[in-house]
Amino acid sequence: MTTTLTERLDVMRIREDFPVLKREVAPGVPLVYLDSTATSQKPLAVIRAMNDYYERSNANIHRGVHTLAEEATAQYEAAREKIAEFIGVRKSREVVFVRNTTEAINLVAFSWGRKFLQRGDRVLLTEMEHHSNLVPWQILAQEKEILLDFIPVTTDGLLDLEEFERLLNLKPKLVAVTQMSNVLGTINPVKKLTQRAHQVGAVVLVDGAQSVPHLPVNVQDLEIDFLAFSAHKMLGPTGIGVLFGREELLEAMPPFLGGGDMIKKVHLRSFSPNELPHKFEAGTPAIAEAIGFGAAIDYLKQVGMERVAAHEHDIISYALEALSEIEGLTLYGPSADQKGAVVSFTMRGVHPHDVSQILDSQGIAVRAGHHCAMPLHEKFGLPATTRASFYLYNTRQEVDQLVQGLAKVKKIFG
Amino acid sequence: MDDLYREIIIERYKEPLYRGVLEPHDISFEDENPLCGDHIRIDLRVDENSRVVEAAFSGHGCAISQASADLLLESIIGKTLDEVKQLSKQDVLELLGIELGPVRLKCALLPLKVIKAGVYGLGEASDSLVEE
Repeated sequence: MTTTLTERLDVMRIREDFPVLKREVAPGVPLVYLDSTATSQKPLAVIRAMNDYYERSNANIHRGVHTLAEEATAQYEAAREKIAEFIGVRKSREVVFVRNTTEAINLVAFSWGRKFLQRGDRVLLTEMEHHSNLVPWQILAQEKEILLDFIPVTTDGLLDLEEFERLLNLKPKLVAVTQMSNVLGTINPVKKLTQRAHQVGAVVLVDGAQSVPHLPVNVQDLEIDFLAFSAHKMLGPTGIGVLFGREELLEAMPPFLGGGDMIKKVHLRSFSPNELPHKFEAGTPAIAEAIGFGAAIDYLKQVGMERVAAHEHDIISYALEALSEIEGLTLYGPSADQKGAVVSFTMRGVHPHDVSQILDSQGIAVRAGHHCAMPLHEKFGLPATTRASFYLYNTRQEVDQLVQGLAKVKKIFG
Repeated sequence: MDDLYREIIIERYKEPLYRGVLEPHDISFEDENPLCGDHIRIDLRVDENSRVVEAAFSGHGCAISQASADLLLESIIGKTLDEVKQLSKQDVLELLGIELGPVRLKCALLPLKVIKAGVYGLGEASDSLVEE
């Protein structure tokens, strides 16, 4: 089939950019990496950007006037600009660097939640949230006596939107929802949710840990108030993530952590906080990681998020079809049209741990467990599932290898 | 790696000899592995000399944790509680006859952790019970 560059990405060429994809996990057993939902692999461009920084420009940022400090500061801030543009943010001061999605959500709960939520206020979450978008609100609920409500998940793995409407009548102050489930792959209708939530006066936080790496996401278009995501799930390094917040929200929020860089002035008994985004970036940040994140954004932009999404749609459609033919396998979550490239499943009579272990012996890396979404597993009555997830570097052939691997699992457990 | 699924492990997983609950029992304890949700309860009956005379396990988990529970219970029948307290990680690995990485080791050791917490009469099981 002839396709132009604007239609399809060249997966074999992309694979060349990822050194780890060339390795074998044992002699003669090549790696089949199907665990990108946990963390993605990194292209050489990202690894090099971080090395270059350490080899040439390593210095602490801001306030230094020597050459290296200027270079480091420029590169760190350039990364922020790239990220802002990538998610459709007009002012880069709305982009706060944090450690990861979890920290971003904790920042909002700690700073915005503590200031603006009062006893009896409601926060609306969903049953498909990752622990990172549950526990910070549970902690706050204990402290401030706020009330948590949950949009239910249907048996198809979708949000129950009728129930959402009913829960909106309770006038939540905040709606905090994932854009893409890390277990079911469900892509939630974020724009519809934000618009309805705004009509009842709620602020909307979107957990973008799974969506920003895999879909075009524009915060203006989706009318998102807070967006949290991590670099390491989108070709970047661990240890750096982003909280986007609308300027007026961030301006009104008290600082999160106190220390260097987040202040304008400090006296012995008082301080005045720095301007955005530095108000929320206390202490020396992950400079090399921010620069690596910038390189990851460059890489994804060059490929194009539309094409990443189209490629993954092809892979997950193919995978769902192939896996649904395996007798004894149960797949969870909606159809390919309503989900990202994630599939969680169970095999009759075999524990997910054993499934993953036997797949690993064939070089296939998948994940087993509750994937940091215990309430969702409880809902489906499952102690654990096995999860395969795909990214721009995965191929249909790797899906075939997964299917063959599962045949071997069945053989061993006969 | 395939050695992990030795015949004895698959056999004990599919057809365990000590699966069930004992009511009444002298000792009962349950715990789970928070990483993967494996859950194991162990019930023991002991005689007047503190010797284990009957044992059963229930719950759910992977082949490694279930086979480990079954083999372990088999091995403690006739032992005194003091002898049970002496059991170590190495004893479990010898029963299973395999080597395990750090993640699966937790599966294999969960039953021993539960037994020891029960025998010591602890409120809560701790990893320190099964560390060398």
